[in-house]
Amino acid sequence: MAYLTTHPDVVPVISFRFGKGAADIDRYLELDGYKSVRKCFEMEPDAIINEVKTSGLRGRGGAGFPAGMKWSFVPKESAKPKYILVNGDESEPGTCKDRLIFEHDPHSVIEGVLIAGLAVGAKMGFIYLRGEYRFLIEIMEKAVADAYQRGFLGKGIFGTKHDFEIVVQTGAGAYEVGEESALMESLEGKRGVPRIRPPFPAVAGLYGGPTIINNAETIATVPHIFRIGAKEYAALGTERNGGTRLFCLSGHLEKPGVYELPMGYNLKKMIYEVGGGIPNGKKLKAVVPGGSSTPVLLPEEIDIGMDFDQVAKAGSMLGSGGVVVLDETVCMVEFALRTIKFYQHESCGWCIPCREGTDWLKKSLTRLHMGGAVDKDIDQIKYIADNMLGRTFCPLGDAAAMPTAAFVKKFRKEFEDHLNGKGCPYHPAPDYELATV
Amino acid sequence: MADVTFTVDGKQLTAPKGTLLIEACRKAGIEIPAFCYYPGLSLQGACRMCVVRVEKMPKLQTACTTPVADGMVVTTESPEIAQARKATIELLLGNHPLDCPVCDAGGECELQDMTFKYGAHQSQFVEIKNHREEQQWSPVVYFDRPRCILCYRCVRVCGEGMDVWALGIQNRGSGAVIAPNKQDHLECEECGMCIDICPVGALTSGTYRYKTRPWEMSHVSTVCTHCADGCKTTLGVRRADDGMEIVRGDNRDKSGFNNDFLCIKGRYAFDFASREDRITQPLLKQPDGQFKPATWDEALDFAGKQLREIRDTRGGKSIGVIGSTRITNEEAYLLQKFARTVLGTNNIDHHRTADYPSFLAALKAKGQKEASIRDFADAKAILVLGSDPTEQHPLLAWQIRNNVRNNQARLYAANHQDIKLRRQATGFLKIQQENYGALIAFLAGNEKTFEGNANAAGFREALRKEESIVIAFGSEYRGRDIEALIAFGAGFPNVKFACLGDYANSRGASDMGLLPDLLPGYVPVTGAGSFMQEYGAALPQTAGMDMVQMFDAAGRGELAALYVASADPVKRFGVDPAALKNTFLIVQDMFLTETAKLADVILPAANLYEKAGTATNTYGDLQLVKKAGDKAGVRSDFDLIVRLAGHMGHDIKSLVPFGKGLLADFGQSRGTQSGEADRHAVWLTAHQLELKASPFDPFAIFDEIQRLVPAYDLPRLDLMAGNDEHLKSDLVQIQTGATRRDLVLPSNDTLFTSGTLGEYSQMLHSVMESRKQSPAETAAD
Ligand SMILES: Cc1cc2nc3c(=O)[nH]c(=O)nc-3n(C[C@H](O)[C@H](O)[C@H](O)COP(=O)(O)O)c2cc1C
Ligand code: SF4
Ligand code: SF4
Ligand code: SF4
Ligand code: SF4
Ligand code: FES
Repeated sequence: MAYLTTHPDVVPVISFRFGKGAADIDRYLELDGYKSVRKCFEMEPDAIINEVKTSGLRGRGGAGFPAGMKWSFVPKESAKPKYILVNGDESEPGTCKDRLIFEHDPHSVIEGVLIAGLAVGAKMGFIYLRGEYRFLIEIMEKAVADAYQRGFLGKGIFGTKHDFEIVVQTGAGAYEVGEESALMESLEGKRGVPRIRPPFPAVAGLYGGPTIINNAETIATVPHIFRIGAKEYAALGTERNGGTRLFCLSGHLEKPGVYELPMGYNLKKMIYEVGGGIPNGKKLKAVVPGGSSTPVLLPEEIDIGMDFDQVAKAGSMLGSGGVVVLDETVCMVEFALRTIKFYQHESCGWCIPCREGTDWLKKSLTRLHMGGAVDKDIDQIKYIADNMLGRTFCPLGDAAAMPTAAFVKKFRKEFEDHLNGKGCPYHPAPDYELATV
Repeated sequence: MADVTFTVDGKQLTAPKGTLLIEACRKAGIEIPAFCYYPGLSLQGACRMCVVRVEKMPKLQTACTTPVADGMVVTTESPEIAQARKATIELLLGNHPLDCPVCDAGGECELQDMTFKYGAHQSQFVEIKNHREEQQWSPVVYFDRPRCILCYRCVRVCGEGMDVWALGIQNRGSGAVIAPNKQDHLECEECGMCIDICPVGALTSGTYRYKTRPWEMSHVSTVCTHCADGCKTTLGVRRADDGMEIVRGDNRDKSGFNNDFLCIKGRYAFDFASREDRITQPLLKQPDGQFKPATWDEALDFAGKQLREIRDTRGGKSIGVIGSTRITNEEAYLLQKFARTVLGTNNIDHHRTADYPSFLAALKAKGQKEASIRDFADAKAILVLGSDPTEQHPLLAWQIRNNVRNNQARLYAANHQDIKLRRQATGFLKIQQENYGALIAFLAGNEKTFEGNANAAGFREALRKEESIVIAFGSEYRGRDIEALIAFGAGFPNVKFACLGDYANSRGASDMGLLPDLLPGYVPVTGAGSFMQEYGAALPQTAGMDMVQMFDAAGRGELAALYVASADPVKRFGVDPAALKNTFLIVQDMFLTETAKLADVILPAANLYEKAGTATNTYGDLQLVKKAGDKAGVRSDFDLIVRLAGHMGHDIKSLVPFGKGLLADFGQSRGTQSGEADRHAVWLTAHQLELKASPFDPFAIFDEIQRLVPAYDLPRLDLMAGNDEHLKSDLVQIQTGATRRDLVLPSNDTLFTSGTLGEYSQMLHSVMESRKQSPAETAAD
């Protein structure tokens, strides 16, 4: 569903070059490309960081950490080289925005990396692409090659005394390497397992050097901030949630797709107006607001602004901006099972609560969905999820436990309807593939 | 680093900044449960058992990854924490096979212990457990995947500790599994550290699995009989039809300088002791050349009578004695005393693997300059000249690797081969085999041999910056070279030395005077005054024949009798059997060795695992040897020497002064195995009481050794308690041994060989047969 879509409320900042052939470097230059980085050559590093702070840009990878603040953690002096790392591992179900940036505006990623490099004094960047994004690798690699060819990368870039190298690297198909420290392990050629923190990447990251790691969208937004002005960018969004972001609308909608909307845009409006509402006159049953790891919202909970703080207040998370809409035909037990199957499959296996917990959740939910459970099994599922929460080595465990706990809490009745041999009321003959343990 | 103050469970504690919370707690007696944390290995944060509550932190924190900080307030036990730990165990047990009744680790399993403590005994899961078949990875390593809790200790001890990197993790999530380096099998150093460190019964040992339950064994802590590093080991023994069988070796209590380390030999190569073809009764050679079993009295009478007659008719000078590098100090001492006082000869020697006399002569009166094996664990810098510790001194290599990894010690090594330890080295210098001596001259400032060699110059430059260093050298150095090496080393502000010999008690054999020219403590035979006084007997005052001279004399028909105690010189030195045809030969040994085959009388002997006493490793660390195994029909070398003397008509009391000034008993009795006799002995010592000992009690002789050999005059209580004591090595009496004949013959053992003993270990053979590469080559480069 990653096709280009539009709506009158869309504010094209990041998506301003989408569909305009900007993967071509000349086209990119025509559309004001590489102007922001030229501006930054004239600025002090601290001034660059301050602009990013002023813009109110928060990480688009999920956690929403203020980007400017993250950059300011990098020590000025370092014995080891510093690195800029672009997290393009985009694997959270419901999220399909970074791929559009790589496809339509790859140079904005390069330009963002260069600006980040100037801000923290790094001379090398890595763009880490999700392994499954085969077709994007060529686009991205061509963009990097073109930038080298124009002297925008390499030695003495843009005729200045600055050097900068960029390497494009792909993953091997693991959601977990989207986690920043696992990504660094993977990039270093090791197993994709997270690292112990502290030290945090800004102090000791890739190859032990101070490292900025940002989501692809976060990085690609940076040149636009310098293009339109930090204050102006901030003003597009809400308080402490500057600017716009790419929302990925999927599920039971008339017009699913990726829309760039201001931060704080009302969720209900997003579903019913931007997304065109629920097809076939069906009723809305639930909304997963920020990618599969965020707790589900009920229809009565969606009259909220989509920024990090307001969604948190509603008991969920804005996450990676993947809004999944479910109509009344969806079996929530099956949906919970579908979700946990993903996390069970993607758990790296490093720590016990996540490795074993996701496995048992999958087994129990499968049985429950098929009608093989009794009342206490529902509590058992909740018990496992509760005991994973906050106990795992990295947030993937939470990402599996949080939605599960929410499904049980908000749809308990539906779980109960499956018990004691009754099985699934929605699919009397349960999906065999789902049922296999 | 500066100390910080923090609070744990209401107690105020201080610890150096940077200390891990789990360690700080353990030091204060607060035990925090842990599966994946293991001291000295890298941190994982994987099992989540060590979670604690740190004030101001939103989530529970893992104590194994949290450094203590000033003002930190920590709770380590609360209902919340207990619940978290319980849930973790429940999740683990969900997939755990729970075949505890047949699991090797049953009773010694950390998962069982944790379950006991946190009570996750009720399973809520009804689904089937994930299962995989057990796999054999090597002759000694088996893997039972469903029992594995993925703590990654094995992976780390193999990689970080052993520098072998033979284990890794395959797949992810609940499919994650530990896997060996060669797809389905291991080609590694087979040390068994991975098995030892496994908290559960997932990794099991080929020699021990399904043999017994831990509580059905007795556990005896003694010293490894293989290389000269002298690892402390706990042998698990169990009653067999013909004695006590050794079924397991480990050092899980981490006592001693080797902590939990043992190499393949210490851990598995005890199987020689229970071989079917051991000699278990005295044998007499018949005129037709066949051996015929005899009673003890027949054999000893015959041997004693012959010896006595030869001594009385042809003189002590016509008799030779060859001792062993694997007998106790007391036995070696007694053997030389027997040779010198009963047989009246200085013709005594052993298989020398290092030039200890020159080494100790060079250290004489220089203060305590000999390095203990413990010094390698925390030395700031280490220089290894010659030798290949990975193959010949596995414990030394382990200490060095740990020190380099955990304390950033600097290792310098010079060798004529690319030894594996070069991977830990700050500086490695490859030299020609004949240039070891020249290297010392170069390091000391003489350019000759290494003129213009930039590597050598850089090596020397780096070394010169070191202020505190420990220097270990192999048998490449002898005589004058050792003297020069010590003189060079003395240039460092702070220096210690170690001389690397080869077998379990090579050092003791040398220290105890199994030498033709030196008495115990390296007293020249020409100055035997104090010995004659103690012995109340005259001693021969001229140097006797060494090993080679004895066999030459035999060939000339001038050696009328030869007494060989637990050694195989015929094989080791390639002696022509014909040379011994006119020599009356008494051999005591475990097996029908090349030497034993030529004997007139064979006496069945016990090995180091079947006797009590002391042994000295090559670094001069003295340790207690205890009787663990037993084989019906065999006797210790000590016992045999005393009996032989008795059958020669000698007054036993003048050989073993039992009852005279005894302080305590080593306990040869079975009681030792439970530690009873030792506790008894310690108690007696503390109360200054004496024990009436038998003539077969090595402690009687140890008393005498302590009186005559100042280096061994060490506090005894610590030794009795199972601790090692470092010799006062500078207290020797000879001068530099440049004029002495140099008979050093290194063993050239690898990790998988162990002199004569190794030839009788089926386990070592099967490991060698199971692989193509030598162990050090296997290492992942
Ligand atoms: C299991 C897991 C998967 C993640 N996957 C991604 C991902 O695919 N892309 C991404 O940008 N961030 C992902 N993150 C978040 C990153 O760890 C990190 O916070 C982010 O890249 C930081 O960039 P930002 O501050 O620009 O958001 C993931 C985190 C976790 C715990
Ligand atoms: S929570 Fe643990 S097992 Fe799960 S992905 Fe993170 S580190 Fe791996
Ligand atoms: S070398 Fe072999 S036996 Fe030793 S820890 Fe590694 S895998 Fe285990
Ligand atoms: S085999 Fe044992 S030591 Fe290795 S990971 Fe499994 S439980 Fe831990
Ligand atoms: S290192 Fe030497 S003493 Fe230690 S276990 Fe191995 S052979 Fe025995
Ligand atoms: S001991 Fe701390 S996580 Fe395993």
